[in-house]
Amino acid sequence: MLYTNLKHIESASEHAKILSENENVMVICGRMGPMCIPVYGIAEELESEYTHVKFFDMEFDNPESHVIRNLPEVRGFMGIPFTIYYKNGKVAKATSSIQSREQVTTILDKEFGAPKK
Amino acid sequence: MENHYEAIIIGAGPAGLTAGIYLSRARVKTLILNEGTVGGQMVLTHEIANYPGVESISGYQLAMIMKRQAESFGCTIKSNIIVKEIETKGRIKSVKLSDGKQFTADALIITTGGRSRTIGVPGEEKLKGRGISYCATCDGDFFTDKEIVVVGGGNSALEEAVSLTKYASKVTIVHQFDHFQALQHYVEEAKNNPKINFIMESTIAAFHGDEKLESVDIKNLKSGEIYNFKTDGTFVFIGYVPNTESLTDKIDLNKWGEIVVNPDMATSVEGVFAAGDSITKRYRQVTTAVGDGTIAALSASGYINELKKSK
Repeated sequence: MLYTNLKHIESASEHAKILSENENVMVICGRMGPMCIPVYGIAEELESEYTHVKFFDMEFDNPESHVIRNLPEVRGFMGIPFTIYYKNGKVAKATSSIQSREQVTTILDKEFGAPKK
Repeated sequence: MENHYEAIIIGAGPAGLTAGIYLSRARVKTLILNEGTVGGQMVLTHEIANYPGVESISGYQLAMIMKRQAESFGCTIKSNIIVKEIETKGRIKSVKLSDGKQFTADALIITTGGRSRTIGVPGEEKLKGRGISYCATCDGDFFTDKEIVVVGGGNSALEEAVSLTKYASKVTIVHQFDHFQALQHYVEEAKNNPKINFIMESTIAAFHGDEKLESVDIKNLKSGEIYNFKTDGTFVFIGYVPNTESLTDKIDLNKWGEIVVNPDMATSVEGVFAAGDSITKRYRQVTTAVGDGTIAALSASGYINELKKSK
């Protein structure tokens, strides 16, 4: 169970539906651990700023998270969370382990565009 | 005056949040500026079972309760910001952020905490999360039946090396000295574990790999010899460093970079207080941070009241 304020993805079908209905999606797949919690926190804070991006988390130990764990883009990843940035349903970028706010916003700005001020 | 507060707290771990709770409840206009996620090192703990009055709670949940508590008393919290400059001189203190915003205050409380020390050698940043990890409970299962290296010789390094043998087929501990700093029972447990080997008086000189970690260069500190060592993963447990780099030449720090405080948590500069893991002290616990934060808040509150009287 992920105790975050992000919307949770519980199943592979829900994951597919979200990707089909939204242009820009960020999914953080992790546990309630030290490398993951900071990334959830950053996403929670960016939600109101990046209104053109939908932010979600998914529990790494949920068997349904195979949709993320088996992506070719995460081959070689050996640190959670796996953070996936989807553009029109396709993986635009994937990162492994803890990230800083600057690292996350750099990817968001590059892949989805900076928020309008 | 919109950006002026009576007190600014830098850091939102248990010390900073406690100070925020006390000051806001005392109707002191308080701002907490936090570079990372609210909760600091506390959120890194899966279960806290020794916090008096709470039988068992995750560090994350306890942090969120402290945050809500501080906000309920009117404390403003801005997190995931980057502090660019802290000015401690003079009657009014100021804090500049990387986005150009500037905040001023009558009193500052520094609760910037600490962070895991990295080795700082070539390849480390590139291969973080691709074979290099700083958290055994997070990433241990990625190394099932693999041969890994653990770097360090303290309690964390030896305890985590033993716990990683649940997954790894072989664990090699690389340590810079000829003896361990860990408590004797951790040392004995590691030495008695058939999956654990030791390379002493050595350090990691470089990490190698493209998509993932493939090998490390190990330097023998006695002979200076550097040799390549194949490994699937490396876990780094070489202690914590205080987050006080931006305070050099601003307040007194000891040789480890920890903030020097008196029993009232006052630093060498008037109107600047400090609490939590970034100060000089022996025991670093959530409970001690909360105690420090309380003292710092009460001291800062007293200082602010004296300022008001002298106006």
